[in-house]
Amino acid sequence: MLQSKDLVGLIETSREEIVEILDTAANMKKLLKQGIKKLPHLQGKTVTILFYENSTRTRTSFELAAKYLGATTINISADSSSVKKGETLIDTGKTLDAMQNDFIVMRHPMAGAPHFLSRHVKAGVVNGGDGMNEHPTQALLDMCTMREHFGHIEGLKVAILGDIKHSRVAKSNLVGLRKLGAEVRMYAPETLIPKEIDKMGAKLCSSREEAVEGADVVMGLRIQLERQQAGAFPSLNEYAEFYGVNERILSLAAKNSVVMHPGPVNRGVELTSSVIDGSNSLIDDQVLSGVAVRMAILFLLTQRANKIG
Amino acid sequence: MIIKNGNVVLKDSVVKADILVKDGRIARIGENLLGQDEKVLDASGKYVFPGLIDMHVHLREPGFEYKEDIESGSKAAVKGGFTQVCCMPNTSPVMDNKVVVSYVKTRAKEVNLCKVHPIGAITKGEKGETLADIGEMKKAGAVAISDDGRDVKSSRLMRLAMEYASGFDMKCLCHCEDLELVDGGSVNEGYNSTLTGLKGIPRAAEDVMIARNILIAQSLNVPVHICHVSTYSGVQIIRDAKRGGAMVTAETCPHYYAVNDDIITSFDQNTKVNPPIREERDRLAILEGLKDGTIDCIVTDHAPHHVNDKSVEYSLAAFGISGIETSFAFAVTYLYKTGVLTLNEIADKMSYSPARILNLEGGEIKEGGVADLMIADLDEEYEIDSKTFLSRGKNTPFNGYRVSGKVLFTIVDGEIKYQA
Repeated sequence: MLQSKDLVGLIETSREEIVEILDTAANMKKLLKQGIKKLPHLQGKTVTILFYENSTRTRTSFELAAKYLGATTINISADSSSVKKGETLIDTGKTLDAMQNDFIVMRHPMAGAPHFLSRHVKAGVVNGGDGMNEHPTQALLDMCTMREHFGHIEGLKVAILGDIKHSRVAKSNLVGLRKLGAEVRMYAPETLIPKEIDKMGAKLCSSREEAVEGADVVMGLRIQLERQQAGAFPSLNEYAEFYGVNERILSLAAKNSVVMHPGPVNRGVELTSSVIDGSNSLIDDQVLSGVAVRMAILFLLTQRANKIG
Repeated sequence: MIIKNGNVVLKDSVVKADILVKDGRIARIGENLLGQDEKVLDASGKYVFPGLIDMHVHLREPGFEYKEDIESGSKAAVKGGFTQVCCMPNTSPVMDNKVVVSYVKTRAKEVNLCKVHPIGAITKGEKGETLADIGEMKKAGAVAISDDGRDVKSSRLMRLAMEYASGFDMKCLCHCEDLELVDGGSVNEGYNSTLTGLKGIPRAAEDVMIARNILIAQSLNVPVHICHVSTYSGVQIIRDAKRGGAMVTAETCPHYYAVNDDIITSFDQNTKVNPPIREERDRLAILEGLKDGTIDCIVTDHAPHHVNDKSVEYSLAAFGISGIETSFAFAVTYLYKTGVLTLNEIADKMSYSPARILNLEGGEIKEGGVADLMIADLDEEYEIDSKTFLSRGKNTPFNGYRVSGKVLFTIVDGEIKYQA
């Protein structure tokens, strides 16, 4: 059983809880593949999807997950500028509590916002991405995908390339994969590697080749143009030349290696089109895993709430 | 008044003695003193310190009375054992002219608890564009200048400010911070910023401005004071400058010598302070700097905030710790009991040195000196609880910390202003 009413990050989630979520997600995924999209587990529950940042895929994925489980869903989009001006986060949370809302799925541009909110509301808070901190459901869906493909996570060599510094996806993957015994290699421009991330268990590499050689999973991260504008690297061309993954680099990976990306992809920058569309790309499967993992989390949190009463 | 049988913390020794106070002065220090019809304070087993002096506090009045005002701040100060405080000018309006300086002086006199010395702004509105009325502020009672809360971005203007102010014997107290390097960060850049995803502030943001401000002062051959040093590298820069003969003095705060940035990983907004709490290596270097004299004094940077300013997302929360009521206990617990500093050294860092740096009367227990005194029990242990603070700012990350060192009496000009 999950220990907390919330899922704010994989740092706060134990290895056993991660395994329980992945096991449950695998079952959900089987049902989804059979076309079963009407389950009763969240009937009578309300899920509010509170996003202070733009998102299409994460929001849609959470909403479908909640709906497939029979929950009532509400979408609240707050412009990120309203974070500073409008109602405080605590007041928003308390209002939702008063309306008997059961879950808040939150995306917020500032690290720690879901942790903060979770301490002040009765509802369960699920982190849909908080600033540069964590994106736990994305990492769980990545692990779900890897586990289904390889049958295990332990011992896998996972290479993550791209804007590690600003990527909550990379960080949550690092935390989760290390808890399950995978090796996590990272490579990025020096300006896009967070300080001392090696202390969190990452193996920092000094070239693309070193990162990818013998890897089972090659994961690219979206590079945002605004990072280039902020001076973290000179140009997208230079980025692609020194840090992008093309077929030649990918050929260094293990025989049955797979390619993953949290999306949306900049084709020709972090990954070439041939890599994205190659036969070993799991990018579409990641999307399906996303719905399954989010169903699993909402299901397990509800199960916990029902038990504790 | 006679303070009987206390352990009196003198400049270089601690002696068991009585102190006879007359007309606001220390008339005599000696054994078995007798007075006529004097009020007697029994200080047996207790320690008598020179009244503490905090040369860096924010009293928030005028303009931010919902956070603190001169009355609540003064009550908190005397409870903390402070007989004199110097208040920073980032009020509203900014204390950049004689009117605001006079207002603060007047309010403090009406409150009549501790002595309050205003610090005027360096630039008008702390905007970093033109010089504030430094001479007029001095005449009205300001004891130094600072744009605390921000640095003077323009090196040219900073140089002019130091040069001009030196003509009035006014020191620049430099808040050292390169805002471009801060770049919106809220915690120290390092392992814990990576762990939490909170944006980091590199040490260089502080260090480059410490170095710049020292170099400018040195080139003008004027003294300069560096505020709230938090980095190991900053300590090194100051140490080297002192060895090279620069007239530089420096301060640090309890939260930099007592804890490291592991405490931010809870996302507790009360751990957010500027400069940020840094790593263990910084903390150790600050202890070393306090020991070897690189860091001259301890201030609180008392920064009271309303709970509403802190009960928001960490990145949006106000910077600052309400520290004036815990500073002495921290010194006893983290400096004295651990053997880092002697009681004489603590009295030096928290009273004598600030008085010398700003030319204030006091800072020392001596016959003929002003009777600004503080009596404390060094062994009484208790838990910090911000609910008991007299300051309006309850923003401390140290609730529940067990400390020893309790202020029992605070005496200003021979009058008891606080009694536990």
